[in-house]
Amino acid sequence: MNDGPPLAPPAAPPRAPVRRHHWIVRLTHWATLFLVAGMITSGLQIYEAYARFGSRGGPFLPSPFDDARFPQWSRLGGWLAGALNWHFALMWPFVTVGLLYLGYLVGSGEWRALLFRPRDVRGAVEMAKYYLHLRRDHPPQGKHNPLQQLAYTCIYLFGALAVLTGLAIYKPVQFGWLTALLGGFQAARYWHFWIVWIFVAFTITHVILVFVVDPASFRAMLTGRYRGRFPSHD
Amino acid sequence: MTEPQTPGLDRRAFVKLGVAGGAASLAAACGWDGGNALRPRLLDISRLNDWVGEKLLFSSTRLARTYDPAERSAMLPSYFISTAMPMLENPDAWRLRVAGLVQRPLELSLDELLTMPRVTYTVKHHCVEGWSAIATWHGVPVSAIVQRSEPLAAARYIQFVSFDSDYSNGWDMASALHPQTILAYGMNDNPLPPAHGAPLRLYSPTKLGYKMTKYLVSMTFMDRRPGGYWEDRGYPWFGGI
Repeated sequence: MNDGPPLAPPAAPPRAPVRRHHWIVRLTHWATLFLVAGMITSGLQIYEAYARFGSRGGPFLPSPFDDARFPQWSRLGGWLAGALNWHFALMWPFVTVGLLYLGYLVGSGEWRALLFRPRDVRGAVEMAKYYLHLRRDHPPQGKHNPLQQLAYTCIYLFGALAVLTGLAIYKPVQFGWLTALLGGFQAARYWHFWIVWIFVAFTITHVILVFVVDPASFRAMLTGRYRGRFPSHD
Repeated sequence: MTEPQTPGLDRRAFVKLGVAGGAASLAAACGWDGGNALRPRLLDISRLNDWVGEKLLFSSTRLARTYDPAERSAMLPSYFISTAMPMLENPDAWRLRVAGLVQRPLELSLDELLTMPRVTYTVKHHCVEGWSAIATWHGVPVSAIVQRSEPLAAARYIQFVSFDSDYSNGWDMASALHPQTILAYGMNDNPLPPAHGAPLRLYSPTKLGYKMTKYLVSMTFMDRRPGGYWEDRGYPWFGGI
């Protein structure tokens, strides 16, 4: 027996499948999955070479991963040089795919369905109430609800921050202004590392919500066609 | 019209297959350097990154930030390749040989190097491993040696060789001529300690630590890119930051 409201509204009347995701969105979505996996696993191998954040002799920035070794299955590259070569090879397609995706969002106008704006705050509160069982009916929404917009907007910003902190520790002299802006070499390295866990947490949450709330969206990301309970477009 | 049966089981089976396949390929991939098929491709891309670093990002006039001596780190780790710390049996007989594509080959003693133009700076050292530390270095600019030895027009690289086993590095001319690239004979107001490459080491705050040859014996001007100890083992050749 379930006393609370379901996580998703009852199934809508049957609909014919509608085109939802352009091939550029689908291609960049799945490419990003593999590229982020490669960047993170090679990054964990690189991290092992010096598992601290701070100048030699300290003081060190607080981290629960001090002196940590991550399991063998989570590391790519075999050793430091191998991992660096993976990391610095994958950075090119990672940035290219990111720019291609953002370029598509801007060119197509689809950014409007994804960008969280101040006017979405009220809707986000209502959506949070619904998830917290403080509201019985699912608030009306467009292609994405305001909490989704907030999550996607944040992950774009973290993606950009991953690239910027990466540049700051890749060339801390040539991009010295950027390294200084991010608080110095070790601070930039620190944030570069923390973004990993934000990506991991986002991905886990994202996959759970897809299958719990809107399984049809999974097929839509593969085939482009959507037959789910939510509006396909705003 | 009734909605066709949702292919729930098929989809679930598909997802399981995908997750299993993804996990298996990931497990196979990790702890793996690319194997014989991919390793050469990764090294090709590393050469591309060297080119980007050397030709597009490196600036021969941009200086690394300098620090106050009070900001020196409590420690700066060091290492050598030999099983025991490389030490000269007869330090007075030591000479830096400057050879290769030059009009005036040189043999410079430490005393002669001390009479040449002197640079002192306090800078941040960046190790490829990810650690950093601030220290003060004293030495003679490599550009002063280059000027004195009058390299031929064909000389585009310098090979720096040590007496620490077979350790060496190759540098492009622009990096070597950078105003902060020095042959250091002093560290933190003292003579260069044996742990850090006595009597003479290459130093530059625009390079990763492994590019800065310690225990120097020679610098040779070349027209072709010389390899290096770590560079030949897969680390980026340019190593500029």
